[in-house]
Amino acid sequence: MARETPLLARYAEGLFWMARYLERVENLARLVDVTQTFESPGREAESWLALVRINADEESFFKRGHSVDADSVKRFYLLDAGNATGIPASLEAARYNARTLRPLISTEMWMHLNVFHRDMLSIAPDDLQGDRLSRICRRIKEGVQTHTGITEGTFFRDQGWFFYQLGRLIERADQTTRLLDIRYHLLVPVAGEERRVAELTQWGAVLRAAAGYHAFRRVAPPGFTPDDVVAFLLTDTAFPRSVALCVEQMEWLLGQLRSRYGLRGTVAALERVEELRAGLTGRAVQRIIAEGLHQFLDGVQRDLILLAGEIGTAFFRDWRPLAEAQSQSQTQAA
Amino acid sequence: MQLSSSDPFRDYDPGAYFCELTSQRADDQGTAGAVKARIGMIGLDALRARASAAETELINLGITFTVYSEASAIDRILPFDCIPRVITGSEWRQLEAGVKQRVAALNAFLHDIYHAGRIVQDGVIPGDLVFGNSNYRPEMKDFPVRFGTYVHICGIDIVRDAAGTFMVLEDNARTPSGVSYVVENRHLMSRAFPDLMAGIRLRPVDDYGRRLLSAMTDIAPEGVSDPQVVLLSPGIYNSAYFEHVFLSREMGVPLVEGADLTVEDDRVWMRTTAGRRAVHTIYRRISDEFLDPTVFRPESMLGVPGLLSAWRRGNVTLANAVGTGVADDKAVYAYMPRIIKYYLNEDAILPNVETHICREPEGLAYTLANLENLVVKPVGESGGYGITIGPRATKAQIEAARAALVADPSNWISQPVVSLSVGPTLTEQGIRPRHLDLRPFAVTGRETWVLPGGLSRVALKEGSLVVNSSQGGGSKDTWVLDDGSR
Repeated sequence: MARETPLLARYAEGLFWMARYLERVENLARLVDVTQTFESPGREAESWLALVRINADEESFFKRGHSVDADSVKRFYLLDAGNATGIPASLEAARYNARTLRPLISTEMWMHLNVFHRDMLSIAPDDLQGDRLSRICRRIKEGVQTHTGITEGTFFRDQGWFFYQLGRLIERADQTTRLLDIRYHLLVPVAGEERRVAELTQWGAVLRAAAGYHAFRRVAPPGFTPDDVVAFLLTDTAFPRSVALCVEQMEWLLGQLRSRYGLRGTVAALERVEELRAGLTGRAVQRIIAEGLHQFLDGVQRDLILLAGEIGTAFFRDWRPLAEAQSQSQTQAA
Repeated sequence: MQLSSSDPFRDYDPGAYFCELTSQRADDQGTAGAVKARIGMIGLDALRARASAAETELINLGITFTVYSEASAIDRILPFDCIPRVITGSEWRQLEAGVKQRVAALNAFLHDIYHAGRIVQDGVIPGDLVFGNSNYRPEMKDFPVRFGTYVHICGIDIVRDAAGTFMVLEDNARTPSGVSYVVENRHLMSRAFPDLMAGIRLRPVDDYGRRLLSAMTDIAPEGVSDPQVVLLSPGIYNSAYFEHVFLSREMGVPLVEGADLTVEDDRVWMRTTAGRRAVHTIYRRISDEFLDPTVFRPESMLGVPGLLSAWRRGNVTLANAVGTGVADDKAVYAYMPRIIKYYLNEDAILPNVETHICREPEGLAYTLANLENLVVKPVGESGGYGITIGPRATKAQIEAARAALVADPSNWISQPVVSLSVGPTLTEQGIRPRHLDLRPFAVTGRETWVLPGGLSRVALKEGSLVVNSSQGGGSKDTWVLDDGSR
């Protein structure tokens, strides 16, 4: 079947954001889960507040009347539908996009999202207590992973799929930088052997949250240091959640949109991707860390926002009469 | 396997009504007996469990319509009753011929009133009823439409009286909905109740999307070799959004909203990732007055500025055409038998329900004198709103209807209460008769094709005659038996 079908700009935008919101949901569940493991007795509130800082959500967190304690942060991300960066709102936005995309996505994708969305609405405050929190996080992760699998197996791979993948990869790269940044926001003992062990424990948890612990152990040097963990999460292109792999795949997707579908608007976006790649591979991770990992990650996050903006301008927004008012935005913009 | 202890049909009694499953029909090919026997094998409890699982599936699939109240929007399914309604081969041939005849007359009527208006000059129908009708669009005057087709998609509501006579209750010539349920009900039936259907030869309903696309392609502006068809929807907040999704998927064409389209130099374009792309046929599910803010309601955000101008220039085709509402007006309906005779020189194959036109003094007088026995309907409403059913109304309701009639007689028609046919329906009490109607769908481009069967709507409340989904109606799978002849 050689018939080339056009893709509505609105559909491209919807696919991009549907994928993005779902990726965000999965990663939030990962972050919440790992925060739980960071809880140190007597210091619970600090660990949980770090999660708010990582997501640059302090302002809305306090504005919505939450207080600094573990329960409040959990509620803020898992139950508070008024939190635009939380799981309920992200899932709602994903379903909203899916609804506009029903003519395009597979029935199975829609049906699963519809049911998943409904299940998540039934999470109650009790579900956030004790060991149940980890189970809820797993359910959320598995919900998105099921979506991913259904999409892989049923979603037609024409133009729309490329926009879907772009949205997901931009979000995934962003989330990996936030996961990495967790160390910046957490307190560790000041010095000595105690500090070294505490750091390694935390990095182990970060790796587990990113589902990269075992792979890291396979490829890491015997006497690995925190720098090796950072290098792995940032630059190892065999690791599905590494920033470098995401960027590499974005570049391929944009190139395909250009060559296969003749979309000429990819130039500016491709330039952004090249800059991102140069920033990641241009210098050793040790230097990045020495110059300030937090600042570097901030920069990557800003570049990703600009990249999403370029894609939007080229393919979605200039077509919308009320672009500014209607367009969806990256609410995590720092 | 344990047989159920009692026959679920033991207490089923349609009384004086015609039953769409069990009433004797010479060519039912033993279907009614087979269905009853199979339901007996399944047993009421299992039938209920499977029916409930089937409804859950509808919710999960999002085969829903949206009901808006002041505060909220709720997605609801059209309740599905698993006991099918059966139409025999000969019944269907009569219905099909009647629907085609009706569609031909509707199109001839519309062509006439937007051109010479002969039917008015010849005194068959009053001029003010046509030209003074709020749905008459002067913009359409002398505008040529391809093949003379104004009503491309038509849904005709048909009921059946106690004697088994089919009668037309209402024409829907604007944007009739419900066809998605016809197809989805069949899919659901074959997934959830394959044992009920096994071995029974039915006319398929899967062809609708292909036929519709083919008609939409036919009517595209002349000279366009590979026309781009789109479906124009008001968007996800419209109560029929699922149907729009369904139709665009079945046709394989984009579902667009007003903001996806733009008109430049009297041509319509859609906004794609690769820039603008020409559009040639628009199956629009937006009513006339929202289509083009430069012509109709200026505040409409749903439509496309300049769309009508592009159409008048012959660069795009709209289906249905603008201004078809005058043909499905409930007052014009009363003249349909005469309209059919006038244009086709044939008697109506499907008769009307006797109708009194309250704008006419005799009609008003008769209606006021017999309110207790009549159904009084406003001419401009749809969805079963504003209806008073005399024999079931309270004194206060009768008086309210009387006051409304006297205040604005031309807004009303009245009809005798038709003893609507029934179908066996699964209820909490068991299998009970519930009243039904039928809405067949006709698609017309170059010629007319009628989807075998149609939407059978069932009034789930005991004794209720109102089948509308907004008022507690459900639906059934509609089986047209395939007897090999067409």
